[in-house]
Amino acid sequence: MPYEAVIGMEVHAQLITESKMFCHCSSAYASAPPNSHTCPVCLGMPGMLPLANRRAVEATVMMGLALHCAIPLFSKFDRKNYMYPDLPKGYQISQYDMPFARNGSITVPLEQGIKTIRIRRVHLEEDTAKLTHQGGYTLIDFNRSGVPLIEIVTESDIRTAEEAWRYLVALRSILRYLGIGSGNMEEGAMRCEVNISLRPVGREELGTKVEVKNMNSFRAVRQAIAYEIERQTRLLEQGERVEQVTMGWDEANHRTVFQRSKEGAEDYRYFPEPDLPPIIWTEADIDAIRARLPELPDAKLKRLIEQYALKADDAYLLADERATADYFEVAAQACAGVVEAQTVANWLLSELLRLMRESGQELSANPVTAGCLAELLKIVSRGEINATVAKEVLAEMVSSGKSAPEIIQTRGLKQISDADQLRQMVEQVIAANGQAAQQYRDGKDQALRFLIGQVMRQTRGQANVSIVESLLRELLAR
Amino acid sequence: MKLDRDQVLHIAELAKLGLSAEEADRFTVQLSAILEYFELLDQLDTGAIPPTAMAIDQHNVLRKDSAGASLPVETVLQAPRTIGQFIAVKAVLD
Amino acid sequence: MELYELSIHEALEGLRSRQFSSVKLTQAVLERIAQIEPKTQAYLCVAQEQALSSAEEADRRRAAGADATLLGIPLAIKDIICTEGIPTTCGSRILQGFVPPYDATVIRKLRQAGAVILGKTNTDEFAMGSSTENSGYFTSHNPWDLERVPGGSSGGSAAAVCANECLGALGSDTGGSIRQPASLCGIAGLKPTYGRVSRYGVVAYASSLDQVGTLGKDVRDNALLLQVIAGHDPEDSTSADKAVPDYQASLLPDLKGITLGVPHEFFGEGIQTEVEQSIRQALDVMRSLGACIIEVSLPHTRYSLPVYYLISTAEASANLARYDGIRYGATDEQAREIWEAYRRTREEGFGAEVKRRIMLGTYALSAGYYDAYYLKAQKARTLIKQDYDRAFQECQALITPTTPTPAFRIGEKVNDPLAMYMEDICTLSLNLSGNCGISIPCGFVNGLPVGLQILGNAFDEVTILHVAHAYEQATAWHLQKPAL
Repeated sequence: MPYEAVIGMEVHAQLITESKMFCHCSSAYASAPPNSHTCPVCLGMPGMLPLANRRAVEATVMMGLALHCAIPLFSKFDRKNYMYPDLPKGYQISQYDMPFARNGSITVPLEQGIKTIRIRRVHLEEDTAKLTHQGGYTLIDFNRSGVPLIEIVTESDIRTAEEAWRYLVALRSILRYLGIGSGNMEEGAMRCEVNISLRPVGREELGTKVEVKNMNSFRAVRQAIAYEIERQTRLLEQGERVEQVTMGWDEANHRTVFQRSKEGAEDYRYFPEPDLPPIIWTEADIDAIRARLPELPDAKLKRLIEQYALKADDAYLLADERATADYFEVAAQACAGVVEAQTVANWLLSELLRLMRESGQELSANPVTAGCLAELLKIVSRGEINATVAKEVLAEMVSSGKSAPEIIQTRGLKQISDADQLRQMVEQVIAANGQAAQQYRDGKDQALRFLIGQVMRQTRGQANVSIVESLLRELLAR
Repeated sequence: MKLDRDQVLHIAELAKLGLSAEEADRFTVQLSAILEYFELLDQLDTGAIPPTAMAIDQHNVLRKDSAGASLPVETVLQAPRTIGQFIAVKAVLD
Repeated sequence: MELYELSIHEALEGLRSRQFSSVKLTQAVLERIAQIEPKTQAYLCVAQEQALSSAEEADRRRAAGADATLLGIPLAIKDIICTEGIPTTCGSRILQGFVPPYDATVIRKLRQAGAVILGKTNTDEFAMGSSTENSGYFTSHNPWDLERVPGGSSGGSAAAVCANECLGALGSDTGGSIRQPASLCGIAGLKPTYGRVSRYGVVAYASSLDQVGTLGKDVRDNALLLQVIAGHDPEDSTSADKAVPDYQASLLPDLKGITLGVPHEFFGEGIQTEVEQSIRQALDVMRSLGACIIEVSLPHTRYSLPVYYLISTAEASANLARYDGIRYGATDEQAREIWEAYRRTREEGFGAEVKRRIMLGTYALSAGYYDAYYLKAQKARTLIKQDYDRAFQECQALITPTTPTPAFRIGEKVNDPLAMYMEDICTLSLNLSGNCGISIPCGFVNGLPVGLQILGNAFDEVTILHVAHAYEQATAWHLQKPAL
């Protein structure tokens, strides 16, 4: 019997702020010594009170708007009560029944077309401390305690590991477009929990839900879901039951492992946070936040395809990062009428981004600005250098920070299109390669390629290939 | 509403509160008496009444996102048990 | 007259006219403490050295020509309020040895105004109680009768003011914890409107009800203290951004043009006859001062006790979850694993009443009971608040007894939590509505003081201080002192 997976996801994403959610401690704790970014508030000391961070609150609303959510005019914080050593107050300030955003959606591209995944809610809460284990002790670093964290919950609309992965990529893309989060899973700035249940295809009611946690990369999420679907399918096919449990992803052995049973669900005893008055928006407040939204990935993708006549796959790659798309647009506009936008996209995606990966640089921080790239491509289009040389030039532009004309000038890379100058060289090459010349005359067209290659070698690639070819044909025909 | 001893022990576990056998017995009786008195509230029809979480009208009290000083680590590490620069507890075993 | 017998405003006159120094005054009070403390046990901790060095500093400031509202005045602080460098235990074993690395905002303001902090006064553990018998350390004694309780939870502060062991004090009031001990000790105690005074650094019992207030030898001293501690604090999101009026200016001698409401729900059954008689006589005095007295009704008052205990214990169950022995305070050393450590630390560190309230609050919030208990209580709280709002459309202040009886004997109610809860029956509802109130002495029954409660509209401390002052000056009950 074929089964279908029904998947829902809860994603936690840290927000980028200067200070923590409820205190003045810096939230840039990544390389800080343990417990150096803590204060009486984020340590939960007696008598301390939370102060809600405006930027974090507004970022949550922005995320909600970007996910096409409704923004309720009334929302509030609640206390989620559970005691654990990573939770200094014994409760987490979170949102229960009145989150900042609800009922939205996100679209993800799949091979068979665009898929819409419904978003149930987006709420704001505080991160917990980081625990590590050593001998018989648990060590606590409270630097992460109180860092603002948004939780994004989907409806159970996801069906495959691929969709889940696409969803995470799309979510990360939006976080970065908004400039509110890095979405970096490896660094723990984005974490996700996945609920998976299986049901026979065509059946309405859901099977037993299994929760999967502890995936530290996008790849791990995809692998864990695929594994879990397989594991549950095998169980069902063998006529066994799927237990309602929490599984963890075992990265080393590439499998999900049992963590705990879900029997006797947690009782979090939520109630309204009495230390924080509610948030009441006016329509004007929400419009003001909406006005700050940039063009979002899905709109940008659509526009790139329409405005620049790009291939959909390339437009998707460009739109993933706002910085890439912005770079492309500046370069394409600088090249308008001279170089086709698709050519600009090709250079950016296949050459420049490869160089970025190799040198470990960020596109936005590299010396080759969009204007510089456009200048190079225009030089190519004028025939001053050919594509092969241009690739070398680009590499040097990245490594040295020099402009294209400067490099071409100092290295004397300008394409040789002077027929008289080339004629001499071609004559020399024919004289030196009598055998190949004869083969060409005997009808072996391949010999011509060889002779062109020889000319190019002598000119270190600078010769204008089409002129060289016609000269060779002319001289060999004599 | 009467509480039984199992409920009392369950609540104590939610609150991570150790209770002696004697305390568990005493609380069962005392909390039951208190809850019984609270049944007075059943006489009150609150169907259409909105809840009050806070005594005075306040909303949108938000702070500017700016970072300030944290505590000196030596102060933080005056905790009952520390290992290196960490605060330590007996292991969490899940 | 001894220096320690002075009120704050009297002492300020003496300091300003250079009749004595703050060091002299502080020494006199410290000597008084040393002499009386064995009888009252009002203090958990006396910070003698810090107090004297603050007094020296105050004298230097004054010598340099400076003045401030409380410059050189020695005060006592309830041990629920955090003081940098002075232990703060909240009357709990679980915070034994805890020295906060910060001052509460009210302490910062007191220090800026030049006050000298004498030490920390006894309280029921985490302010949960009405007698100081729930203190994790010892019970304080009522200076009028050492066999009786001083009230609570700010019982140490009330006893210290009454016994001249300080010139004035801060307390906190969640369900009557300033007004009830003020009543039992025959002094003046004020609970400001919720939001009037910052809660930053005040250890939370029930966050939506807690409010810091003042205890003094007379009404004027309360006005002086309130002037210093009131005002908006950006460190407390529930603190009100409202201008603070001049409270001294409100202390007028008569009550012409004032309408006072008498809610009949606070009289009759449960209230001792002699107490009611004292209040009725006080009303006559107020009428003679020009007040118009009318009958009003707060019909939902009878529900305030369950509403209060459901809301306060629910909030407390969360507020006290942080005491796990990990980051500060007392911890269990024997436990083999973490959950045992949590349970034992809290079993050993908390007293019976705190455990009872944590249990009650945890239950009221737990799955399946939230709607029936916590949510129901929040809705009833709305009705109680509406009662007050309606009453204050008819009158400017309400007059009631503060407590049903004068001070009870130590040990009398410890085994009956519900009877102890009833002790606050006249004070609880005010915290639910958030309004302000003051208790002042209005007579004696069998040698024990009786308290009169004056309740005011939100942020209208001016009116209750006015009414209290006019009555006090007309009767002078506040000048009677216990023989110790």
